[in-house]
Amino acid sequence: MSDISISAAFEACRANGQSALIPYITAGYPTRTSTVQVLDALANHGADVIELGIPFSDPLADGPTIQKSSFVSLENGTTVEGVLEDLRVFRKHSDIPIVLFTYLNPVLRYGLTSFLADAEAAGASGLLMTDLPSGSDPELESEVITSPLDLIRLVAPTTPLNRVPGVASGGSGFLYYISRTGVTGTRSKLRDELEGELTSIKSAVGMPVAVGFGISTGEQAAAAGAVADGVVVGSALIQTLERGGVAEASQFLTSLRLALDRPS
Amino acid sequence: MTENPSPMRSDRFGAFGGRYVPETLIRALDELNDAYDQARGDTEFQAHLSTLLADFAGRPTPLYHARRLGEAVGHGALYLKREDLNHTGAHKINNTLGQALLALKMGKQRIIAETGAGQHGVATATACALFDLDCVVYMGEEDVDRQALNVYRMELLGAEVRPVGSGTRTLKDATNEAIRDWVTNVETTHYIIGSVVGPDPFPRMVRDFQSVIGREARAQLLEVLGQLPAAVVACVGGGSNAIGIFHDFIEDEEVQLIGVEAGGAGLETGQHSASLAAGMPGVLHGSLSYLLQDPDGQVAPAHSISAGLDYPGVGPEHSFLKDTQRAQYSFVTDDAALDAFHQLSELEGIIPALESAHAVAHVIKHGSEYDGPLLVCLSGRGDKDVAHVARIEGRGSLL
Repeated sequence: MSDISISAAFEACRANGQSALIPYITAGYPTRTSTVQVLDALANHGADVIELGIPFSDPLADGPTIQKSSFVSLENGTTVEGVLEDLRVFRKHSDIPIVLFTYLNPVLRYGLTSFLADAEAAGASGLLMTDLPSGSDPELESEVITSPLDLIRLVAPTTPLNRVPGVASGGSGFLYYISRTGVTGTRSKLRDELEGELTSIKSAVGMPVAVGFGISTGEQAAAAGAVADGVVVGSALIQTLERGGVAEASQFLTSLRLALDRPS
Repeated sequence: MTENPSPMRSDRFGAFGGRYVPETLIRALDELNDAYDQARGDTEFQAHLSTLLADFAGRPTPLYHARRLGEAVGHGALYLKREDLNHTGAHKINNTLGQALLALKMGKQRIIAETGAGQHGVATATACALFDLDCVVYMGEEDVDRQALNVYRMELLGAEVRPVGSGTRTLKDATNEAIRDWVTNVETTHYIIGSVVGPDPFPRMVRDFQSVIGREARAQLLEVLGQLPAAVVACVGGGSNAIGIFHDFIEDEEVQLIGVEAGGAGLETGQHSASLAAGMPGVLHGSLSYLLQDPDGQVAPAHSISAGLDYPGVGPEHSFLKDTQRAQYSFVTDDAALDAFHQLSELEGIIPALESAHAVAHVIKHGSEYDGPLLVCLSGRGDKDVAHVARIEGRGSLL
């Protein structure tokens, strides 16, 4: 596991009056061997925590961009084991916390117990599985919760407020607030209700809250970051990687960092 | 989770089933669960559904003594439950009428569905026309090409068909896309899932709507023969017609329940859809069940001559019935199903759906081994498959 915990990374941001910048990338995209290089670029251009996607053949919570990066990655021959190996290499020279982002089935097939142990040994700090909502599988959830990895929980606009504390209590690191109903992907505009929703979620839980889904510009990141403790950017980043490789992705992340840190 | 959930509220069949979905859908599943529990005990709802099944769908469907096929197979008491005679040509309408009524009850005006061969899409579009609901059907691009007539049929009924070009471009990917739509539009939309798959409460709800098949067949057999069948045989893709005909026989321990999966080009080729025979437990589309997958947990592409069975997963209750050995599952190849398609057509004047032909193929091969009456679910008619079979047999120029 990283020397810096996810909580410590958020704490450091808070102390600096910043919102955490959390980029998402799909491992093995655009090429099987590009993962470490892309992770390095993110770490060097303003990321505080990184979500590293382990691709799944049926990413039903993802929009077209991450579907495509997942399919390309699988065609490139990416495996769970391969992603953990990439992480191990990256961890030798960086201590930025990594959250593994995936679906349940690849983890189940690998074996949950082995996966948790191997992911920790490779240097992962947290685990997010989009198809394991709170309460869906108490035995499995508790094995993740009692492991050294933080279980990153998600809350959606459709989550009743009285369910939020229960969802959050099983998680650690940060709580992920989904900015709108829907799948991952860029949107031209954030919902007007977002600020109010975030404020009530934050008062209901005792951990940092990051917001993601649909954040694709510096302006949106700044607006979300003004209320949230962290901002997740995925599809828009993948699109820059697709268009202009690591150089353009680095530039894009720098622009997000600047937008987040600009005094409002 | 409560410590001692009542059996009715349990979201699982043994270890199988569950609700492995994005958080965004949890509230909708809770609402659906509540609406469904209420509808179960609502005499007005049930009376409305019964009337529709009778007047609109054409139930009860006949139980037919297939004498010539029985003679050919060496079995004198072979009975077909004629779900092919339902309105829209298959058992799918039993479920779509029930779920559309439920959508009305929940105040949802927009319906989405996935379809493989198009049968469930047509049945959903039909229910939506009847109740004046907006209808969007997701269908893999490959199936849109294979089943062009059903696409037009859905459009005639006022539905919008959205081709799905991602992944394997078949039923699995159409289901992914329907779930993505539901996650996005959950507040206005009900998802009419077409089989006993998906997150709870879908598998038990669809089973309950389909259990009219077995309830009728059991009573009809008892009336005609005064005895229960030795075995009940049905094809299994997701498994809704099979669960529908099995359900009322589950407590009759002397009755064998036989599910027939699509063996495609043969299990050894990897080109098949036999999830129960060759898969391992895994999570797809919201539930834990047997699943065709590779050693890295990626879902493996399925194959079947019949688009309706071309699915790498299977309903969680079938996984439970397999593991508890209450039901046995076998498989037949594309070639055997094609042969059964012809035999039933020639011997009985009934052109079966290629899906249903799998159940018939099992009886052709193993019928003589059963001692006692055999009940076979003829889940759908084969009109939709005629062009496909003609193409396979080099007669495409006729069409």
